[in-house]
Amino acid sequence: MNILVCISKSPDTTSKIAFTDGNTKFDENGVQYIVNPYDEWYSLVRALEIKESLGGNVTIITVGNTGDEAIIRKALAIGADNAVRIDAEPIDAFYVASQIATYAKKNNFDLILTGKETINYNGSQVGGMIAEHLELPYVSLASKLDVAGNVLTLEQEIVGGVQVVEVATPVVVSCAKGMAEQRIPNMRGIMAARTKPLEVIAPESLDLFTQFEAYSLPDAKKACTMIDPMNMESLVELLHNEAKVI
Amino acid sequence: MKTLVYINNNHFSAKASFEAVTYAKKLGGEVVVITYGDSTGAELLGAYGATKVLVDSSLANADEQQITRLVASAVESTGAEVIVFSHDLVAKAVAPRLSVRLKAGLVSGAIALPETANGFTCKVNVFSGKAFATVSVKTTVKIISLLPNSIQPENIGGSAVVETFNGNTGESSIKVVSTKKPEGNIPLPEAELVVSAGRGLKGPENWGIVEDLASALGAATACSRPVADIGWRPHHEHVGQTGVAIRPNLYIAAGISGAIQHLAGVNGSKVIVVINSDPEAPFFKAADYGIVGDAFDVLPKLTEAIKKFKNAN
Ligand SMILES: Cc1cc2nc3c(=O)[nH]c(=O)nc-3n(C[C@H](O)[C@H](O)[C@H](O)COP(=O)(O)OP(=O)(O)OC[C@H]3O[C@@H](n4cnc5c(N)ncnc54)[C@H](O)[C@@H]3O)c2cc1C
Repeated sequence: MNILVCISKSPDTTSKIAFTDGNTKFDENGVQYIVNPYDEWYSLVRALEIKESLGGNVTIITVGNTGDEAIIRKALAIGADNAVRIDAEPIDAFYVASQIATYAKKNNFDLILTGKETINYNGSQVGGMIAEHLELPYVSLASKLDVAGNVLTLEQEIVGGVQVVEVATPVVVSCAKGMAEQRIPNMRGIMAARTKPLEVIAPESLDLFTQFEAYSLPDAKKACTMIDPMNMESLVELLHNEAKVI
Repeated sequence: MKTLVYINNNHFSAKASFEAVTYAKKLGGEVVVITYGDSTGAELLGAYGATKVLVDSSLANADEQQITRLVASAVESTGAEVIVFSHDLVAKAVAPRLSVRLKAGLVSGAIALPETANGFTCKVNVFSGKAFATVSVKTTVKIISLLPNSIQPENIGGSAVVETFNGNTGESSIKVVSTKKPEGNIPLPEAELVVSAGRGLKGPENWGIVEDLASALGAATACSRPVADIGWRPHHEHVGQTGVAIRPNLYIAAGISGAIQHLAGVNGSKVIVVINSDPEAPFFKAADYGIVGDAFDVLPKLTEAIKKFKNAN
């Protein structure tokens, strides 16, 4: 199977979230970037497992600047065969999805995987947008993916439950928890990653649909009111009369 | 201006649907709903401001590609300029597709009405709830996917006209083999009240006291990531940065330390109650009400107090 795995960078989950330039830019000062966990833990690892059992190739693709090559090397170290970087700022989901779709159109992939969402923008948009660009079916939030010939059997989360579906390749899938187990790259993988092919492609120019104008942080919480563990009636009273949530 | 609201089939009396229609109504123009399948009860949405409900009853089930075509043809026939979704799992697959198909900018996870004085901007949750962003939409047609619990539904009375609609949805390329929907569960992202527990509960056999409190309150249950990872609780209950992000009115957390990744998914909650035996647990810094105590004592006491309160009110 010829598999394309879309990866994105995201700030390490312990990063302090702050903004600069009059709250118009994410403050990258001291921020460590990681491969977006959904992309790394689930889509990439499942793609590698499929390749290991059925043969094929796993290409990773990201839209980003030279600074993102660290996360690309990490994904290669985990086991991807080759990488593509579209040399542009990932402005919004539409921009990213359109660039990836343009690349995918020229290369025949049986399976295109994304993570469920990124942990910075949480948009859950890229997979569906790629699918529409390519006029392919899209299975979102898959927690299981099995392959038999050109038919995939997937388990996915749906509103209020789960369902099992079958779909023929080519198809776009977004991957959620359950799909695979995180892999830690070993020394051999890290060495091999240095020489694996990384193709850098110029972006196509596009009209933008949306733009992030400004950011803000939630209001600081007021101090916590401590309650006597023996007196839960007083908590109920406060939840009813003060907080008015019950 | 017309606004089109997509509502899932048979979701005509769901709170999330009322929210989406109320939101559309507040945009100011005429509100038309598009849906498919059985139209029983669809006129109810009129009470929240919809004048018309278009139903493609030729479809009983539809995949997201078909729903995208359905909504696109309803946009074409109504001339709607704004399309509103409730940000659920269907919307997460359909809205991005529709954005590409209609060349319409998408605001994913909106938490407020747009500002239209100077262009069209809308506030969304980003960084898993640790921050907000203002997104401007530059296209003529705009799509907004509204996070549940972001707006209060307003019942203004009245009833919508239900009309048959043919959406030219084509065949499905996805075959549904089986579906499992646990009965009576409140879907976590929509729940107004949530009771959650972590490793402090020590084992899956102890979840009875969590479920008792949840059922006394009419709340959904949730858990921390390690609890779902070890298999004490199902994955869909995992909240946090790498799980579900929720914003209920009340979040009660017992035996959860309050790691930054956990807080990311729950700090949009209106009120947070933390029960932890360790007075130094970081969660207390994010809490509105805190109880330093053993969850095994506190949870049953709280359940009793809730029951007493419910009986008296
Ligand atoms: C990349 C990444 C992503 C992550 N994403 C998430 C995520 O999405 N969601 C998430 O939850 N975590 C996430 N985590 C894990 C997170 O860092 C914490 O490890 C996790 O939240 C801790 O779970 P816990 O609070 O249940 O367990 P613990 O940290 O073990 O805390 C248990 C708590 O219970 C208390 N306790 C013990 N006994 C009792 C008792 N009898 N009564 C009352 N209190 C008691 C203890 O004082 C303690 O505070 C992520 C981590 C990483 C690295």
